[in-house]
Amino acid sequence: MSESAYTQLLDLAAGLFLLAAVFVLWRRELTAIVRIFALQGVALFAIAALLGVHEERWDLLAVAAGIGALRAGVLPHLMRRALAASGETRETQPLVNVAASLLTAAALTLLAYAVSRPLVELDPSPATRALPVGLAVVLIGFFTLVTRRRALSQVVGFLLLDNGITAVAFLAASGVPLIVELGVSFDVLLAVLVLQILTTRMRAAFGRTDIDDLRELRD
Amino acid sequence: MNAVGTAAVAAQVVLVTAGAPLLTGLMRQVRARMEGRAGAGIGQPWRDFRKLLRKEPITPVGTGPAFRTAPLLLVATAAVIAALVPLASTATPVSRNADLIVVVALLALGTVALALAGLDTGTAFGGMGASREMTVIALVEPTILLAVFALSIPAGTTNLPAIIAGRIHDPARLASPAGLLAAVALAVVTLAETGRLPVDNPSTHLELTMIHEAMILEYAGPDLALVELGAQMRLTVLLGLLASLFAPWGIATSASVAAVVLAFVLFAVKVALLGAALAAAEVFWAKLRLFRVPELLAGSFLLALLAVTASYFLTGE
Repeated sequence: MSESAYTQLLDLAAGLFLLAAVFVLWRRELTAIVRIFALQGVALFAIAALLGVHEERWDLLAVAAGIGALRAGVLPHLMRRALAASGETRETQPLVNVAASLLTAAALTLLAYAVSRPLVELDPSPATRALPVGLAVVLIGFFTLVTRRRALSQVVGFLLLDNGITAVAFLAASGVPLIVELGVSFDVLLAVLVLQILTTRMRAAFGRTDIDDLRELRD
Repeated sequence: MNAVGTAAVAAQVVLVTAGAPLLTGLMRQVRARMEGRAGAGIGQPWRDFRKLLRKEPITPVGTGPAFRTAPLLLVATAAVIAALVPLASTATPVSRNADLIVVVALLALGTVALALAGLDTGTAFGGMGASREMTVIALVEPTILLAVFALSIPAGTTNLPAIIAGRIHDPARLASPAGLLAAVALAVVTLAETGRLPVDNPSTHLELTMIHEAMILEYAGPDLALVELGAQMRLTVLLGLLASLFAPWGIATSASVAAVVLAFVLFAVKVALLGAALAAAEVFWAKLRLFRVPELLAGSFLLALLAVTASYFLTGE
């Protein structure tokens, strides 16, 4: 693969990755949010695979395949099941309205670019130049986590955060060691499974999954 | 070079003016066919235009110069834009003045003239339409400027022919993330600026939803004909601008006659295809609630901003 084609494809994948995070903020239908999240998993797979091919590290390709299967396949499938069980279709009342959260996402992206400038200047290459994209996704994921009320969109926010962290790891250091990546992936999978059970329990207790209902701690 | 260039500019203005009603007719025809109606034919907007021109000009009592000059300003700005934008040739005598910011400002001038005319009539509908139009334009304008900025970074200039010539010679710019994001942002903004679905419904007279129609409710006769022609020309020019920026193949960069003629044919085909696609898409779209429109426009603003950041940071220039 030639250098310019690699840069172009990497930029395209990074752009798609960021765009998916933005669309999660934009859309209200929970099924659409899950679908966009799966798309983001594909973009993350593309980033990792491109880095692996470019640096000719075939273990990276294996990690990329694992990440793709988990984030574009297993996690969306689990979320879809939770969604079907809960019967909710829309994120009705985010704490910050959609137009304002889109503008906040714009500000967060600029913040990510400003913060990561010194990091990029250490070693300017196509991969590190896309580093701010990963950081922006981390910030947007955190924002989603804070402002959304439905349990499922909070799960997606958490997963966006994690996707962003993984992307930063790939872009900055061509990925973490395999064992760490495995640990993180199982962690995420477990978190989603726990949250799925939590959603079911919440629905049984309150009839909906509005996080605001969880005010008191009990044994 | 000058003779061919001048002829190309004149031909652009004539083609846009004559073709704009035909484009609207084509879009209505596509829509009618897809909805199972026979449709009035592609020439219907021209027949309407002729009928309106023959009528006696009437202005409502109490209206001032803003009401009377708005139709002329609308058509004049659209014609100037049609001359400036390199729809078919980048080597024209006006190409050095064809700055994208000038084009955006001219578009805004036409919009503001029409909004002032709506206020001038003093009716409830006129004021309502003007206030809505200003809400939309306040969000549209920064988006266009940002998208333009994103496109001008690789070219190093905001001169339109230079941007388009750069994109012809370096097609990789078309598929870059910045280019794609700017394309989507500009497409959304074009829908808002020309009052198409899902922002405004061009074929409604329902008072609760209309924006553009509310402002021109008091016009009659030749003035109405001019307003409608102006709106149609703006749609044609904006679709042409989109086609030139994001599908620049075939635009003449030299002053050869054959290239310019081919470019005109391609321009007509591209705009007709874009218009037909838009009309076909509109069949499946519903109009957004007015309170949802800022959401859509904020989204396209964000896309434009991402386009700027992508083209500035990813290329590392």
